Amino acid sequence: MTTRAVAVAIALFVAKVSAAPDLGDPVKVDDLVGLSITIGPDGRGLPPGRGTAIDGVDIYVEKCASCHGVRGQGRTGPALAGGAGTLAGKNPVRTVGSYWPHATTLFDYIRRAMPYDRPMSLTNEQVYQLTAYVLWLNGIVGRDEVVDARSLPEVKMPNRAGFVNAWDARDRD
Amino acid sequence: MRGTRYGPGVLTRFASVSDPIPVAGGGLLSRRALLKGAMVMGAGAALPATAADEHLGAAMAWQKTPGRPPTGYGNPSRFESAVTRTTYHRYGAIALGNGGSFTPLERLRGTITPNGLHFERHHQGVPDIDPAKHRLVVHGLVRRPLRFSIDALGRYPMTSTTAFIECAGNSFPNTNDKPPQVTCGEIHGLVSCSEWTGVPLAMLLEEAGVRADAKWIVAEGADAVSMHRSIPIEKVRDDALVALYQNGERLRPEQGYPVRLLLPGWEGNMSVKWLHRLELVTAPVQARDETSHYTDALPDGRALQFTFEMGVKSVITQPSPGWMLQGPGYYDISGLAWSGAGHVARVDVSADGGRTWAPAELMETAQPFAFTRFRLPWRWDGGPVRLMSRAMDEREQIQPTRAEWMQRYGAKQRYHYHAIQTWQVDDMGEVSNAY
Ligand code: HEC
Repeated sequence: MTTRAVAVAIALFVAKVSAAPDLGDPVKVDDLVGLSITIGPDGRGLPPGRGTAIDGVDIYVEKCASCHGVRGQGRTGPALAGGAGTLAGKNPVRTVGSYWPHATTLFDYIRRAMPYDRPMSLTNEQVYQLTAYVLWLNGIVGRDEVVDARSLPEVKMPNRAGFVNAWDARDRD
Repeated sequence: MRGTRYGPGVLTRFASVSDPIPVAGGGLLSRRALLKGAMVMGAGAALPATAADEHLGAAMAWQKTPGRPPTGYGNPSRFESAVTRTTYHRYGAIALGNGGSFTPLERLRGTITPNGLHFERHHQGVPDIDPAKHRLVVHGLVRRPLRFSIDALGRYPMTSTTAFIECAGNSFPNTNDKPPQVTCGEIHGLVSCSEWTGVPLAMLLEEAGVRADAKWIVAEGADAVSMHRSIPIEKVRDDALVALYQNGERLRPEQGYPVRLLLPGWEGNMSVKWLHRLELVTAPVQARDETSHYTDALPDGRALQFTFEMGVKSVITQPSPGWMLQGPGYYDISGLAWSGAGHVARVDVSADGGRTWAPAELMETAQPFAFTRFRLPWRWDGGPVRLMSRAMDEREQIQPTRAEWMQRYGAKQRYHYHAIQTWQVDDMGEVSNAY
């Protein structure tokens, strides 16, 4: 046990014998609506709604293309497409299509962070449409393929096997 | 950097040192020799006998003018106005919030970074959070989901810990093909060290009642990208802190006001600022910032994920680029070392490009997970010299050379750079970055 762990253990012990401060307010499930936005790679947390790449074209052009380029090639903002087959080379291009291991991350990130100048301004439906559109730009889904809570976790990302979990592989001392 | 002169302009230079004992090539001296020498020098600098008589005539202007009254919040001397962070932006005008600022390591001494000079790295700027409206929610795989106000957190028993925070991307300029000619801080200054005070996260989780299937915690900030990371629960048992204070005062906005997470020794991005949500989960959620970013490219095209601990590292801060050596003679080499493993066990210094090394003195303030200040006296003979420092930590991990580090990773790998830094001193006394 490290000194810090001991300190924490002691603190916890003291807290217990002197009755824990217990100053948090209980939270009801309703309170978490709109706050708990985490999405897991298994699709946990994905909201109702659906979209296809075709549905997403207009909104992408309107809200995303100025920074990311119409084809997702990158402009003032980073590229969202391309780079397939470049990862082991001298000039790797890491994009959603060439690098990202999970499609769920795309929905999650667009919903919480994009468009960069107006984060959290999109509806879930729009986020599904844009997710489908960016996946289509990368040739990962067809233009009419429905992206929703059921299909998104099943999407096969090209670089899914490209990551080594260093935490699980660490030597424990 | 060539030709730049700034600040004090010269390093502290000792006129004489008693018994200098060479301990390695390039003029490195015994770490025991110098402070004694300095003391001798101080003792010899007595006032001339006539000084008292000339007292009035020699008085400085500020001795003859009433000083300014006390102020509500203090600032550095106006003569220190050049000691600032260097800011940068990743994407320019379309995303000014995506950027950071470097701590001017070469301008500071000791081991604590002043709050106004702590490095910054934000993905979407600094939010302007009203603490009265801010809540920290703990939920997910817990028996009792809880919500804490800042006032409530302020009533918990607090602990303090001195810890460095280092951005995973610190020192990335040195992954460039050519050594960038910028200051030490502009290369290595995405690291700072503070005393952090707050509530052990374990205490809050104990109250919420963590379920047995909870193995990871998602920590999320209330900034405009809702930056989030997955953290193994083991770290919480060790030393995770819900920090409210930084060097005795409330966190600065750019450091996560009103509340941030502190994970000592782990990549800075995980010490989530503006912390507002902690969700207990079974497995990592594969956030953008643990997949697209903060993953480490390997030569075969694959990438390491979840490399949390920051590697053992050191850098000589004085002298470093921008400093000008004022002719041959004695100088005090000083630098910082740190390791995500805990204690820095040893720092060696070389003044001949790594041919020979001598152990530096580790200063008394050394603590685990904090900056360790090291020093070694040196007599510069006036010729070209390559200065290096190499740290070893409590796990006997040794700082790699740049070539070793570069070989381990794929192209454009910009995280977890912790290779040995070489400073080239030329025969004019100018210091530059060298590989
Ligand atoms: C004002 C410019 C701007 C607009 C508009 C914008 N983005 Fe972005 N986007 C950025 C910047 C800058 C980043 C990089 C953010 C970072 O790294 O923290 C980014 C990052 C991303 C990423 C992650 C890229 C990666 O490889 O990590 C995705 C996906 C994305 N944007 C999608 C979108 C979508 C979809 C829209 C439209 C709804 C959009 N963006 C609109 C500027 C913009």
